[in-house]
Amino acid sequence: MADTPKPEELTKIDHTAPLKGWMDTPVELKPGIYCHAASPKDLEAVDTPNVHEWRPGDEDWNLPDNWKNVVEDGFKLRLDRFRSFKLFMDICVRCGACADKCHFFIGSGDPKNMPVLRAELFRSVYRKKFTTGGKLFGRLAGARDLTEDVLKEWWYYLYQCTECRRCSLFCPYGIDTAEITIMGRELTNDLGLNIGWVAGPVANCYLKSNHIGLLPNVIKDNIEFFVDDIEDITGIRMDPDFNRKGAEILFVTPSGDYFADPGTYTCMGYLMLFHYLKAQGLDITWSTYAAEGGNFGFFTSHEMAKRLNAKIYAEAKRLGVKWILGGECGHMWRVVHQYMDTFNGPADFLEEPVSPITGTKFENAKSTKMVHIVEFTADLIKNNKLKLDPSRNDNVILTYHDSCNPARGMGFLEEPRYVIKNVCNNFYEMPSNTIREQTFCCGSGAGLNAGENMELRMRGGLPRANAVRYVHEKYGVNMMACICAIDRAAFPTLMEYWVPEVDITGIHELVANALVFEGEKKRTTDLRGEPLPGMEDE
Amino acid sequence: MNFLVSIAVSFVAFIIVVLIPLIGIGAFGMYTFFGIVVPYAAMATFFLGVIIRVIGWARSPVPFRIPTTAGQEESFPWIKTDPIDNPKDTKGVIMRMLLEVLCFRSLFRNVRLEYRDADDGTRITFEWEKWLWIAAIIFHYSFLVIFLRHFRFFTEPIPGFVHVLEKLDGFLQMGVVPVIGFGVPGVYITDMLLVAAVTYLLVRRIYISQVRYVSLSQDYFPLFLILGLGITGILMRYFIRVDITSVKELVLGLFKFSPTVPDGIGVMFFIHLFIVCVLISYIPFSKLMHMGGIFLSPTRNLANNNRKVRHVNPWNYPVKVHTYEEYEDEFRDLLIEAGIPVEKQPDEKVEQS
Amino acid sequence: MDLKDFLQEKRSGIIKQWRKAVIETYPSETQNFLRKEKDQFANPVGLIIENEIEKLYDFIVDGTGEDQIPLSLDKMIRVRAVQDFTPSDAVGFLFKLKDIIKIQSKKAGNITWPIEYVDGVFERIDKVVLLAFDIYMGCRQKINDLRVSEIKNEVGRVLEKARLIQRGPVQKQTF
Repeated sequence: MADTPKPEELTKIDHTAPLKGWMDTPVELKPGIYCHAASPKDLEAVDTPNVHEWRPGDEDWNLPDNWKNVVEDGFKLRLDRFRSFKLFMDICVRCGACADKCHFFIGSGDPKNMPVLRAELFRSVYRKKFTTGGKLFGRLAGARDLTEDVLKEWWYYLYQCTECRRCSLFCPYGIDTAEITIMGRELTNDLGLNIGWVAGPVANCYLKSNHIGLLPNVIKDNIEFFVDDIEDITGIRMDPDFNRKGAEILFVTPSGDYFADPGTYTCMGYLMLFHYLKAQGLDITWSTYAAEGGNFGFFTSHEMAKRLNAKIYAEAKRLGVKWILGGECGHMWRVVHQYMDTFNGPADFLEEPVSPITGTKFENAKSTKMVHIVEFTADLIKNNKLKLDPSRNDNVILTYHDSCNPARGMGFLEEPRYVIKNVCNNFYEMPSNTIREQTFCCGSGAGLNAGENMELRMRGGLPRANAVRYVHEKYGVNMMACICAIDRAAFPTLMEYWVPEVDITGIHELVANALVFEGEKKRTTDLRGEPLPGMEDE
Repeated sequence: MNFLVSIAVSFVAFIIVVLIPLIGIGAFGMYTFFGIVVPYAAMATFFLGVIIRVIGWARSPVPFRIPTTAGQEESFPWIKTDPIDNPKDTKGVIMRMLLEVLCFRSLFRNVRLEYRDADDGTRITFEWEKWLWIAAIIFHYSFLVIFLRHFRFFTEPIPGFVHVLEKLDGFLQMGVVPVIGFGVPGVYITDMLLVAAVTYLLVRRIYISQVRYVSLSQDYFPLFLILGLGITGILMRYFIRVDITSVKELVLGLFKFSPTVPDGIGVMFFIHLFIVCVLISYIPFSKLMHMGGIFLSPTRNLANNNRKVRHVNPWNYPVKVHTYEEYEDEFRDLLIEAGIPVEKQPDEKVEQS
Repeated sequence: MDLKDFLQEKRSGIIKQWRKAVIETYPSETQNFLRKEKDQFANPVGLIIENEIEKLYDFIVDGTGEDQIPLSLDKMIRVRAVQDFTPSDAVGFLFKLKDIIKIQSKKAGNITWPIEYVDGVFERIDKVVLLAFDIYMGCRQKINDLRVSEIKNEVGRVLEKARLIQRGPVQKQTF
């Protein structure tokens, strides 16, 4: 009971808080906030350097003897390779515009969660190592030495950033904390200090092509399972196929959709849409090799992101498809949109995407040759190719969460809203400073949706949940749609804590509920087996 | 470090900056040094330093195209796009950068609508709490106008725009009786605005606890310098007059590379000049480089046409991947059992191995 | 004047001090933000404190709005249960009201209240603290339940199906 405070220490509030600077406030790693260390075997599976046994809560992290050199060389390398990193180390004026924009700061009140300070943790060491002023004047110039405590502080706060980029929106110079977090995480990864929740999915994805390590036959069986469920509900049997050469389109979606509710219902939605369009000429196949759209490599390093992402083009080439369709996912689309073509392109073996149903050319995807399924569906609806009965979603009072990456990394704002308004009659927006480009993160992105850091996730998700509660109380909202697999995994938990009355759905679950098939049996339930409006007694 | 130490250190540094010319001129009469050597050295430091710094940034490539999108992307023709906040091409980027540089667009984003619940339903009020944006705009534009007004001293004959600026700048104060009495020239509004804005930025930095927490001595130092610059300028213009003709002679000499230091220039001018010199030589080594950095910022100066036009990473290197062949070798039996097509049948594999 | 009237008279001042005391349980660098930002979506924590403290106060003074108290407390405690507070700090801010009342009474001319007046008010404070403790424990329990149920949901469904189908082994997930 050494940690139990004495009675006189209880609820003692220090009114004369010492005016200490942040450099003099050593980091204290608090359980519930940080994630477990990566398992060495997961790191070894992808040839990570300096793999070793360690625990974040331990005093000694068993760092390699040359760890300072590793950091210094790695820092230098990244300054030389990334203008973003170099510039963002230099030009911050510490105006504080970003300070209160971070969901972790808002939810925790921890001043080191202010984006500017999160970055200063690195800038201080940068100044010491790489600037004349820092070398000459040290602390006076805001510079400090790299010590083990500093490294721990880096680590603690690097894994309290979800790379959501909300701060970069408000920065007058466009400084993007996600860039700094990405570089910082690369450095920790070079020291074997990755977290389990990132390294596990990475190893699985590398070896088995999906985050949870499902074997190919299990993926197929899971999907067969959905096919059975859909048949029960609609009376129609879908017939998806896998790894089929000569298909026109390859479909890639985050693997969460194969196994984790409520993503599974979104997956059923894709299956139904594809089957519906088959008669109109859709020729699409799934892959067990490019089975993962998500990319936890992106939360490890650019290189790891590239290694995992390579499978998508490789599989498209092997199967000889014309173009690729991508499922609903957040960071997957950041990588596909902003990185994939650069990483592993040019995709000159593919053709510029054209919808086989409407003939629409996807001009905005003509180089990367990958189309977002919500774009695809929006185009179908616009061209009246889908028979929809939105009243089937009448028991849903919906709001929509813009996932960070599609919002601030693509500008994918209107397409999902267009689809939603066509498949659902009751739709209410959350307040304007919490949606679209200003959207608040779920608090569990960038590999932080573990169990051990639940307190972090709950407080990081507070700003979002607070806005959800507002529309729940005001309009009776009972469902929130999103287009991100991490959202679908993390939000049910977040909502259960903050606003238990609100459930989570993907957009294509709503589409499939509303989709009227020729010759289907009278539907009495939605995809979740819940009675449709007016069918409660049947 | 305690913020008081940070402020004290930068304030002491600033006082030293003031004392150096005060003593150098006042006690030792080092006119040539402060009138010629220091300005040339400062200008050289400034130009060389800025060039080296910008080249240093430019030498690091932009491996990925990572604009922060702040509006609807280019999509179908029937979806309204946001061509400025989410530029699809260079034209859009130029517009975005112009708004960013001229209007501080991102900082302005902090202004927002506020919803308040009133008895008669929701009332929307406009929340105008962007003092930071206002102060930043006033500060930068006042600085620019004052800098341009100084062309009165840099050039002969005085360019027309200087007269226009002076007129506009003095316009609002016309008719106001000078408090100090006769002989005081028309008050320039930008002088007042600059000092007010810098004071606000300084007070804000100290007063707002989270900003105070992140502030370093190098955040206070330039504010002190600029405040000192403004105050010495105002003193010279309104209170402690210096011989303008001689000052102009000196400055013109510097720019014509035939420097002379005429007699009779007050020490206040040399303090003002020395602060300018310190400020411009400090720029390349400090955060004041943000004025150059903004143009290079990859989250702002790139078009969001990622899927349309391929971006090339100059240092892209091949990486080890888990190939389909390896994957099939590991899972062939399971694939076949599940009825998923494979490249090689098991017997072929046996033959090969 | 009895204590109730006194507390009603000093309502705004005492609430202000109590609110300040709650805000001061946060790091000093953050207090300005929590106090000044008035947008309920940009600053949920500060606004919850601002709104709910008033409701608690009115209940403590004369027992009004008793049925609203669990909800009010829940909003406050639910936030504090996931922030960097020890259990005692998470609920201890409620006791601060006692100190504030004592100080205010002293300031108003060293008023000493008859014990029956004090009892009513201080009993209600104790009641609120006990309720807050229950809510706090409920939140902590919820956090732990969420940890368990997440693992069950994610791996459970896969295992269930894999067992059902009985083909190749599914590797146990260790992360």
